[in-house]
Amino acid sequence: MANRAPIKAASMGERPTAGGSGRRLTRRGLLSGGALAAAATVTGAVAVTGSAATDGAAAGASPAAPSPAAPAASPDAGAVVPFHGPHQAGVATPPQAHAVFVGFDLRKGVGREALARMMRLLTDDARRLTQGRPALADTEPELAALPARLSVTFGFGPGLFDAAGVGEHRPESVAALPAFTIDRLRREWSGGDLLVQICADDPLTVTHALRMIVKDARAFAEVRWTQRGFRRAAHSQPGGTTQRNVMGQLDGTVNLVAGTPDFDRAVWIEEGRLRGGTTLVLRRIRAEMETWDATDTTAKEFTVGRRLSDGAPLTGGREHDEPDFDRLTPVGFPVISEYAHIRRAHVPDPGLRMLRRVYNYDEGVAADGTADCGLLFAAFQADIARQFIPVQRRLAEADLLNEWTTPIGSAVFAIPPGCGPDGWIGETLLG
Amino acid sequence: MFSRITVAGLAVVVLTACGGAPQQAAPAVPAAATTPPAAQAGPALSITDPWVKTAKKGMSAAFGTLVNNSGTDVVVMSAATPLSPKVELHEVAESAGKSVMRPKEGGFVIPAHGSHELKPGGDHIMLMGLAQEVRPGDEISFTLTLEDGGTFDFTALGKDFAGAKEDYQPGMDMDAHGESGADQGGEHG
Repeated sequence: MANRAPIKAASMGERPTAGGSGRRLTRRGLLSGGALAAAATVTGAVAVTGSAATDGAAAGASPAAPSPAAPAASPDAGAVVPFHGPHQAGVATPPQAHAVFVGFDLRKGVGREALARMMRLLTDDARRLTQGRPALADTEPELAALPARLSVTFGFGPGLFDAAGVGEHRPESVAALPAFTIDRLRREWSGGDLLVQICADDPLTVTHALRMIVKDARAFAEVRWTQRGFRRAAHSQPGGTTQRNVMGQLDGTVNLVAGTPDFDRAVWIEEGRLRGGTTLVLRRIRAEMETWDATDTTAKEFTVGRRLSDGAPLTGGREHDEPDFDRLTPVGFPVISEYAHIRRAHVPDPGLRMLRRVYNYDEGVAADGTADCGLLFAAFQADIARQFIPVQRRLAEADLLNEWTTPIGSAVFAIPPGCGPDGWIGETLLG
Repeated sequence: MFSRITVAGLAVVVLTACGGAPQQAAPAVPAAATTPPAAQAGPALSITDPWVKTAKKGMSAAFGTLVNNSGTDVVVMSAATPLSPKVELHEVAESAGKSVMRPKEGGFVIPAHGSHELKPGGDHIMLMGLAQEVRPGDEISFTLTLEDGGTFDFTALGKDFAGAKEDYQPGMDMDAHGESGADQGGEHG
């Protein structure tokens, strides 16, 4: 265990420390014993990190005592999300601040044997990178040193099941969703045979993982779309705080909580080859900001059924108060409209809810100043037909919010179970 | 001492990383009666992160870090793989101001309790003529023959890699290797 402390110091503070102290080193400082000791520590740490950090468990999994002379990186820069387990990471994992979703189309002729090779490669990349270790043959190994809670999650679209000849194991509802009247779907944001969801609290970490994954995937598949998303920066708010979307609403007040029986029942598939897996519906929902801007606060709150300021239901005092859908105004109308978003989306049985793990997107501003922004609505559930579709149907039929939101992308994937140290993601289907 | 411990630990981690064949050799078999049997428990040689650059035909190269867990130097004299009838141990060195690739005199020496990295731009195992394509994710078996006549087997993973171009001998067809093939993932035959 004596080797642990320097490793942690290296993985957590290596780059900022080396750079920072290098700039500030003075002749006087160099002569002081403290600075010398600190420099020695840094040098030693750097020297061993390249190999030692490959011991995944050592790569900053727990907080380390910062070197006294070293300005420590954020304690979370080296934070590691475990890769192995019955479930893939990136589902129950508290949402990281940054995400990229990549959808791939398999190349012609890619079948089960090739898919197994691909998933072994991609699993190997994910296993290393999430633990703060460079990918095999990593061309920028330095970028792997700060995992920042990196998770890499793989999903299989309907086409992959067909290509692998394992269609009989595809859950029936892992298929294109039924058409909804509100949809304005565009091909460039829809469909796909393979999904990779990469999340981390650091955007450069996401970029590096994306590059490594894509380089190994592209022999087998073409990139169909890339969707980047973000939430509030890590630690800008206390953990568990409901985030706001680009329309200013608190988004995700009623959500499944990881570690509860309701979560497990609602999210994880319990039988078959995908046992321990789940499904993902990824909807790209554009926010119509110009018309939303033209709407006053009262109307915005009426639309959703919650106050914008604190997210409290219009019948309650605080965000997590239960909405009282029966309460009437003095003149006899429901306080929360029959067509308010939270009434239409309400699912009384927690086991039938979906895990919403959403990200905002913002693709820039047009010449006339209009925004291209909205929500990457990522919903995980054990059964799309039982959980997602009924809610989506009710929203499509009548949800006041539809006036200001437009689904422009839609993709559906099975998320296979996790794997152990000797395994690879997808082996229960492709192995 | 410190780094040696961690490198040894690393070897164990990598053993399980790809689900491939064990990457540690049985103790080298002494070729001559004068060679004392290995005193230490456990394999003398191991390799971490072995991989091979993908290629459709022509040449390729294998990389990884050879780790010597014993108290005496280990010398790798030659390498073989079913993938290529001709395999050489190469180094990249300065010659007349240019970086050139050439056979490594005396083989790869892995110092006692030390390691020796094979990497693009450095020492590597050169596959001179591929008998078949190296596809991404392929598991390629190798056998190293040591100075004492013992052998060490390992399995390397096919990996797309843009670099390692210094591996080509001057004057040879640079295109023989091919680029990262768009269709290498496809099933053949």
